[in-house]
Amino acid sequence: MQIIARETLIGKRIAKLDAPEKASGKTRYIHDLDLPGQLYGKILRSGRVHAKILRIDTSKAKALPGVHAVITAADVPWQRPIGVARDHLPLKTDRVRSPRDEIAAVAAQSEEIAQAALRLIEVEYEDLPVLTDPLDALAPDAPLIHPEPHGADGGTEHLKPGAPVAYSGRPDNLAMTFDYEQGDVARGEADSDLVVEDTFRLHYVTHCCMGVSGIIAEFDSSGNLTMYSNTQVPFLHKREFAEILGMDPARIRIIQPPIGGGFGSKLDIYPFEPICVFLARATGRPVKLVFSREEEFLASPTRQPVILKLRSGCRRDGTLTFRAVETIHDNGAYTSWGATTPFVMMQTVSSLYRVPHCSYHTKAVYTNNPYAGSFRGYGNLQATFAVESHMDRMADALGIDPLEFRLKNAQDPGEVTPQGMQFKTCGLKECLKSAAELGDYQAKRRAYAALQAEPGRFKRGVGLASMLHVGGGAKIYPSDGCGTILKMDDFGAVTLITGASEIGQGSETVLAQLVCEELGLPLSAVRVVNNDTEITPWDVGVHASRTTFIGGNSAIGAARKARAKILDAAAKQTGLPAQALDLRAGQIVEERSGNPLLSLAKLIRSLHFSDKAELVMTTHYYEPPSHHQDRQFKGDVSAAYAWASQVVEVEVDTETGAVRLLKVSGAHDVGRVLNRLGIEGQIEGGIVMGQGYALTEELIVEQGRIRNPAFRDYKLVTAPEIPEIAVRFVETLDGEGPQGAKGVGEAPAICIAAATANAIENATGVRILALPFTPEKVYRALREER
Amino acid sequence: MSPKREIAFTLNGVPTRASVSPELSALALIREVLGLTGTKLGCGEGECGACTILVDGRSVNSCLMFALDCEGRSLVTIEGLAADPLGARIEQAFVEAGAVQCGFCTPGMVVQAHNLLTAHPHPTREQIRRGIEGNLCRCTGYFKIVEAIERAAGAQE
Repeated sequence: MQIIARETLIGKRIAKLDAPEKASGKTRYIHDLDLPGQLYGKILRSGRVHAKILRIDTSKAKALPGVHAVITAADVPWQRPIGVARDHLPLKTDRVRSPRDEIAAVAAQSEEIAQAALRLIEVEYEDLPVLTDPLDALAPDAPLIHPEPHGADGGTEHLKPGAPVAYSGRPDNLAMTFDYEQGDVARGEADSDLVVEDTFRLHYVTHCCMGVSGIIAEFDSSGNLTMYSNTQVPFLHKREFAEILGMDPARIRIIQPPIGGGFGSKLDIYPFEPICVFLARATGRPVKLVFSREEEFLASPTRQPVILKLRSGCRRDGTLTFRAVETIHDNGAYTSWGATTPFVMMQTVSSLYRVPHCSYHTKAVYTNNPYAGSFRGYGNLQATFAVESHMDRMADALGIDPLEFRLKNAQDPGEVTPQGMQFKTCGLKECLKSAAELGDYQAKRRAYAALQAEPGRFKRGVGLASMLHVGGGAKIYPSDGCGTILKMDDFGAVTLITGASEIGQGSETVLAQLVCEELGLPLSAVRVVNNDTEITPWDVGVHASRTTFIGGNSAIGAARKARAKILDAAAKQTGLPAQALDLRAGQIVEERSGNPLLSLAKLIRSLHFSDKAELVMTTHYYEPPSHHQDRQFKGDVSAAYAWASQVVEVEVDTETGAVRLLKVSGAHDVGRVLNRLGIEGQIEGGIVMGQGYALTEELIVEQGRIRNPAFRDYKLVTAPEIPEIAVRFVETLDGEGPQGAKGVGEAPAICIAAATANAIENATGVRILALPFTPEKVYRALREER
Repeated sequence: MSPKREIAFTLNGVPTRASVSPELSALALIREVLGLTGTKLGCGEGECGACTILVDGRSVNSCLMFALDCEGRSLVTIEGLAADPLGARIEQAFVEAGAVQCGFCTPGMVVQAHNLLTAHPHPTREQIRRGIEGNLCRCTGYFKIVEAIERAAGAQE
């Protein structure tokens, strides 16, 4: 008999399970789906920055042949506000607060007819004073963005307790505040030999998912709603949609077709989604609503723009003493996840390095600008840009090598930070050293600094930055868990039914891999079902780099239960103790010798077709051992923390201001590499997303209007511009992680802008405090300096 | 609505006729009239390359081409590439190299890679990067796409 050795898939290069369908064009995205009898929805947007709605006349649009419904807020008096602060009615009633605001919607038999109908809707506005500078938002004479309660028909119905419309309005423009303190900043400052202060300005960028936003909504004859949706959080949405629509959540089903990119953009409910449901309800037909690319730029969320004042101090020997942050977050007209990025920003401020005294204060203020959602990194790109710029500034002022300065203040395993984060594993120091070695950081930095004053048009520089991010989920909701149902068929194949959504990041492949590891099966024996709330168990959603960690532990839990059941049955049949048995290559084998004893499929059939007749089906719910923050923002919110350091090398053309990214050398504490191909893909893609944030991308907003809603004018990085990269994995084998792994999805994008700022300074001696580093900005900065 | 005109062309090797209105794009003809959804609409403005197809052997942004201009031409979409040995090799290489994440840009990338490797069977890395500069990808950072095209070129030996 053939001996079967134990094999592992962990750390191998595994092709994604969904790649063959995608590479051959067979994958059906939301844009490719059509339901019989489907109508097409379109939205009329205000085009006004801030105005009162005086009159809407839809009669001409309704009369257009092929139009099935034209709706305005008056047709849905029961609509409820959406968004993080519930301050946003899907269809606006009496006031518009930004040009993207939804006024009316049409359902028609074709997109062309729907578009033509929009042009027939007459709206009369009265313009209001506009507020577009967030620094003006709290001035006593600033225009108010949400002065009155808003809701149904502008009437008073919504003011009754328990009534559907709940937003009470605000007497100021303050959307949200965050205030965190640790230690005593004044004492820290008194202890400091060096204090530096700067104000950093972080700009608008947007997700640019290649597949634009879209949804199909359909009611069945019993009033059950099915949404084909690109959401990243189907179970949270089920509940929230129920609240918004006044429906029983049990009647809402969300099916997620494959998604053309997420990156955090699909974490909130946006007006187009309930509007599509209103249209489906009004017409009794399935309605499909898909954005144009221009609409995607105008009406999907952005990354949070921030004005951040940072004051940092240290002693002469390089020990950090304090850090004080004040930010103004431009909240835009409505509140989505962008306003809550301080949750992550303050972690970087307080805990990336050891700093005894810390304060963090954010005011998120309403304006008539676009509003920000969540975006890969969730505030951490912004916070890291400021903190790591200051680390270099302080090191240089003290004459200490910036790598040594960081190592001196870096966290170690076992640290519990004043914010309450517990670093059970922490590879920061190893990341710093590895990245510096890969990028030849210290030698190059000295050499390039020496060349700054030499003649020559092209200057090179290297910059270093590190990051800390949640790597074991984030306990923001009552549960941060994920459920799994695992069933085996009569032939030994597995169906893994998981709550964890696939958004292109490769989660279904890594989950299948983890199951194979427990059950000794080839990948081809596992099918993953992950996109239908009617079938899959609950999961909190794809965010916070959590899916491999949380979904992975859940899948392992279910697989271990199946394994135990199989080995118990095999023990009875073979007469050997279960501990002496193993599962390998679809066989039950003797653990020590690898001798095959019987086939897994046969064993399962013998269980099924026996007197006791049973199937191998298991379930598992994994809840990470993390904690909610208290009201002071203290608490160990993640079951593990991810670390990374990156060295960026740039070339600056001092005559044009153009900055070229030559090389990125990264070291990432990922816990453990599970799928090498997948994790490389996450890191490479994250680096280039960070490159775009640092150098090329900017959503230009002037007086509340987006001026560049097209790829022609919004510059994504293209293939010829990508840098050389070198990546090293630091495997700290986290005790709670699935096979030791931590989350990695957001990490690689976080440090690039900060490291690039430091590299430009090394090349030119000029520190730039605002992003992106466009040729014009760099050129001006170089000229001002001289 | 403008009057429609009947056109004849070859689609993935199959002689095809369709009745099209003058404003219809080749992309809408392929996706909406003929029901082949592998070719993607990413921007509709010729900026992203998701809608790339081959027209008489050369890559074209089908969103910028009028359907009427397909008259008498030979169109190949991602669905037709699998039958072609080079197309199949490229698709395989994209899978193996990890060049696919969300996958939305992938069909256009594969078609563009086919165009590149037909004209330059042994491209340098620089030529590959130039060759796909009109195709945007938001997930991968292009590294593994370039590697996949190198791999497909190597497999031609």
